[in-house]
Formats: sequence, structure tokens, C-alpha cells
Amino acid sequence: MFPTPIARVSAPVRVGYKVLLPVALVVWLLPLLAVMLTSIRSQGDIAAGNYWGWPTEFNLLDNYSAVFERSPIGQYILNSFKVTIPTVIGAVALSCLTGYALAVYRFRGNLFVFFMFVAGNFVPFQILMVPVRDLTLDIGLYDTTLGLVLFHVAFQTGFCTLFMRNFIRALPFELIEAARVEGVSEWQIFTRVVLPLVRPAIAALSVLVFTFIWNDYFWATVLAQSSTVQPVTAGLYALNGQWIAQWHLVSAGSIVAALPPVLMFFMMQKHFIAGLTLGATKG
Amino acid sequence: MTTAALPTAHAPRARRRRGPKWLAPALFLAPGVFMFVVYVIAPIFESIWISFYDWDGLGPMTFIGAANYVELFDDEAFYTALENNVVWLLLYMLAVPGGLFVALFLNQTVFGIRLVKSLFFFPFVISQVVVGLVFAWFYDPSFGILAMIFEAFGMKPIAILADEDYVTYGIIAAGLWPQTAYCMILYLTGLNAISPDQIEAGRLDGAKGWRMLWHVVLPQLRPATFIAVVVTVIGALRSFDLVSIMTDGGPYGSSRVLAFYMYEQALSEYGYRMGYGAAIAVVLFAIMMVYISFFITRMISNERGGR
Repeated sequence: MFPTPIARVSAPVRVGYKVLLPVALVVWLLPLLAVMLTSIRSQGDIAAGNYWGWPTEFNLLDNYSAVFERSPIGQYILNSFKVTIPTVIGAVALSCLTGYALAVYRFRGNLFVFFMFVAGNFVPFQILMVPVRDLTLDIGLYDTTLGLVLFHVAFQTGFCTLFMRNFIRALPFELIEAARVEGVSEWQIFTRVVLPLVRPAIAALSVLVFTFIWNDYFWATVLAQSSTVQPVTAGLYALNGQWIAQWHLVSAGSIVAALPPVLMFFMMQKHFIAGLTLGATKG
Repeated sequence: MTTAALPTAHAPRARRRRGPKWLAPALFLAPGVFMFVVYVIAPIFESIWISFYDWDGLGPMTFIGAANYVELFDDEAFYTALENNVVWLLLYMLAVPGGLFVALFLNQTVFGIRLVKSLFFFPFVISQVVVGLVFAWFYDPSFGILAMIFEAFGMKPIAILADEDYVTYGIIAAGLWPQTAYCMILYLTGLNAISPDQIEAGRLDGAKGWRMLWHVVLPQLRPATFIAVVVTVIGALRSFDLVSIMTDGGPYGSSRVLAFYMYEQALSEYGYRMGYGAAIAVVLFAIMMVYISFFITRMISNERGGR
């Protein structure tokens, strides 16, 4: 293990490390801690300029209920879910199919199709912006949840295919061979043999795509404009413009907007990290 | 292996029932490839095509050849954005050594370390909109924590986000926070996979600290470093959210990056110049292509090495 395990170094260093660790953590998370603290401050504290000291009173319930009552943030959150969940399902479903095809079959153009997905995944959004917005307008889906979902599904399929294909390739190929020999149809091999084995990959992709889409801001502003469709990222920015100097509300809103992906991360941490660090140990 | 070799006699019959050999993969690929081509691949070419036109997004398109690109050459705002992109690219790279440093710091087994690691990863999970709002508030010259630090040292606070010279650095600092967390998690995974034998062998040879890191650990962390560099380059060139949230490109357009300038030209109150915007996007795409090709070439050589 590198660096040297802390148990094997001298006592002062060991104690120093154990003191430094929480200090470093607090410094690292200082921005978030400040936001959390501010989200429970009173209007009086904000007006008096007490931004960084201890709050004079704790207005946890007041502030958070004010955010929900005095702004459409509940609607924005709902919009985010309506975009995010179908996207996760769509992108994961499509990439199970494509990943399976690219991992299991040998055919001409296999690598070409694979690298089309990989390369497309890295392009800057701006090169897609004008045509995608145009296409969405043409099919009458501008400023609709479906319009956002369709684009996100298509784009995320790139990354998900890369992941799925590599995952399926690492499975023991003999299983598929054996099933073929038994006369199992290709579709049944896919549903009965491969799909149960790729469950960890499905979990990893689901949390990752959930976070990516939840946090998307660019497409939320390009493909939608009304508060009945725009997700919470765009909504929060709009609210920030309205809540001038009402930092306790901005903070509470930010926390509310950040909560779903954070909870997702904590619940599915192992899968999340497995997905993100794909390839960090080999290749 | 034995199961696969045994019943060769059945193979022809099985194949006949399956239809032509290309059919199955084609059916499996069709929906995904269709969506991806329609929404990602085709738009790239369409954008290149639009960049040769003068178009407001609604009316007729007028072919103007390379006039959009010629205009770019004389557009000072374009150079500002390009320059800022270079600054982003260079400074964003700090996330790679930064992430390695944090990962080395956290790669211990003490009580609660798992929770600490995931809390360190937090900034990456939250939206850049939130990160941008938080940092904008940090930098506020009248009540931000930065102003308080300046005052504590008896200096006059600088309004980072209102100062043409500092604004880009201020935004990049905000971006480095989540990006460092991302690189950290890549390195933590990499460190986990390092072979303990080699570390022990290095220790026996008397390698310690820096020498050990440089000669034994870093070579083994190569895959992690590669991915960290790739995601950081892409993150730097994609920078849009933070600029839009924190400054909206200002003051006087001094914090624009190509991604943001493109959006501004094509889709904002400054007008709907789709052709010109597309030309900016093509330039950004060309820059990105250098890295994409590099990445793909490496992946292809790995594929050849594999199965």
C-alpha cells in the first residue's frame, strides 16, 4: 500500500494525521457547510450581514417551507424527475441492446460503430445545439419534457454503450456459446443469459445517468423555456435572479436541488464509483 | 471450451433457424444507432454545413461561403474566448495532480475513512449551477468569505467576478473544486489496484517518498492518469455552466469561453446568428477532435492488444 500505512509510522505523525483529516474535510467542504448554515438563517441575520458567524436563530422549517411556498421549486423538482427517470430507462435499455451486439457478434464495422459511440460521446454540446434545437422545433417537441428526454436518451446511449460493451465482453463467453449450442434463440440468450449478469452494470449506469441528467443545465435552457418544463437547474438560476440578496432562500433552494443526486450517490456509492472509474485500473 | 467444441454437428441447423448472420446484430443495434445518428452524428455535419450560411434560425438561409470564418478572424470577442479556453485548459490540468495529492492523503485505513472519502467526492455529485452560485457568493466583495479574508489581512477586497483580469481565474477555481474530486476518485481506484509486491520490492530497494511515487507508483497509475487527463480536458473545453451562472460572460465579455460565446451568438438577446454560432462551434469541435482522436487511437491499439 502506498503511501505507507499510518499504522506503521511514528506516533506523532499518526496523531497528526488523525487531527488533520477532519480539518481537511471541513476546509474542503467549507462552501457546502456555509450554504447549509445559511439555509437555516433568519432574514434578520442576512440583513445584519451575519453571513459567516453562528446564526442567531435557526429557521430550518421556515426557510425550507418558504422556498416551496413562495417559488415553483416543487414544480421544477418534479420536472427534473420527469426528464431524468425516462432518460435513465431509455438510455440503459438502448445500451443493453447495442452493448450486447457489439460485445458478442463479430461483423464488419463492429469497431467502427463502437468508436462512433465513443467519439460522439466526447463532442462539445455546442456543435449539436443548433441542429438539435431545430429538429426538436420541427417535430413539435420544443419546450416539452419528451423533447428533452429524446435528446438525452440519444446522447447518453454513447457513454452507456461504451460501458455496457466492455462489461459484456468481460463476461465468460463460454456461457453464450453453450446457450447457442443448446439451440437457445439470440433474443433469449440476451434476456435469459446476459441481462441477469449485467445487473451491476445497469445499476452503475442508472446512478451515473441520473446524476448527469439531473445536473444538466445547458440543454435545459436550449430545449425548454417555460417553468412547467424546465428542470431544477435552470429553475434555480431563474429563482436566483428573483431572490436578490435573499441568500437564505437561495441556499435552501440549492440544497433542495442538490439533494436527489446526493442521496442517489450515497445509496448506490459502490455502483456509482465503479461506473465513473471504468478503465482507471486497466487499459 | 469443451462444450463449445463438442456438438459441431448441430451448428448448421441452428444457424438456418437464426436467419442470416448479420440479422441479429443489426436488429440489436438498430434502435440505439438510429437515435445516436439522428441526435448526435448527423447534427455534427449539419452544424458544419450551417456554418457556411447566414441564418437567423427562422428565415431563409443564405450561402456565404467562408464569410463566417473570415469574420471570426477579426472578431476580438472570439480571440478573448479562445484565449480563455487556453487558460481553462492549462489551469484545469491542476485537477490531475491535485486529485492525486488528495487521493494519496486519503489512501489510509483509519476509522471512518470510507465516509471521509465519499464526503470528499461530494462536490462532483452536485450540480455546477449550485457550485457556481456558491462560489459567486464566496467571491462577493461586500460579504463573501474572500472579502473577509482580505480584510483580515488589512487589504481592500477585490471584486473577483467584476474584474476583467481575475474573473476567469475565479471561475476556474470554482470548476477545479468538483474536477479535483473526480480525479481523486480515479486515483483512489487506481491506488487500490496497485500491486503490493512491487511496493514492497521498492521498499526493500530503499525507495521512499518521492522516489517511490515517481518510479514505482506513478507508472502503475498510468491508466488512471490517462482517464483523469481525458475527462479534465473535456471538462475544460465544455465549460459553459459556470460561466453562464457566475458572470454570464461578463464583465464586458471578458470571461467568455468558446462554448459560451457560441451560445450567446446563436441563441440569446444578442441575436440569433445561427451560422456564426455554428462556425464558433466548429472551431471548438476541431480543438476537441485533436483530443478525441488521441483518445480513440489509444483505445484502438488497446483493442488490438486484447481479444
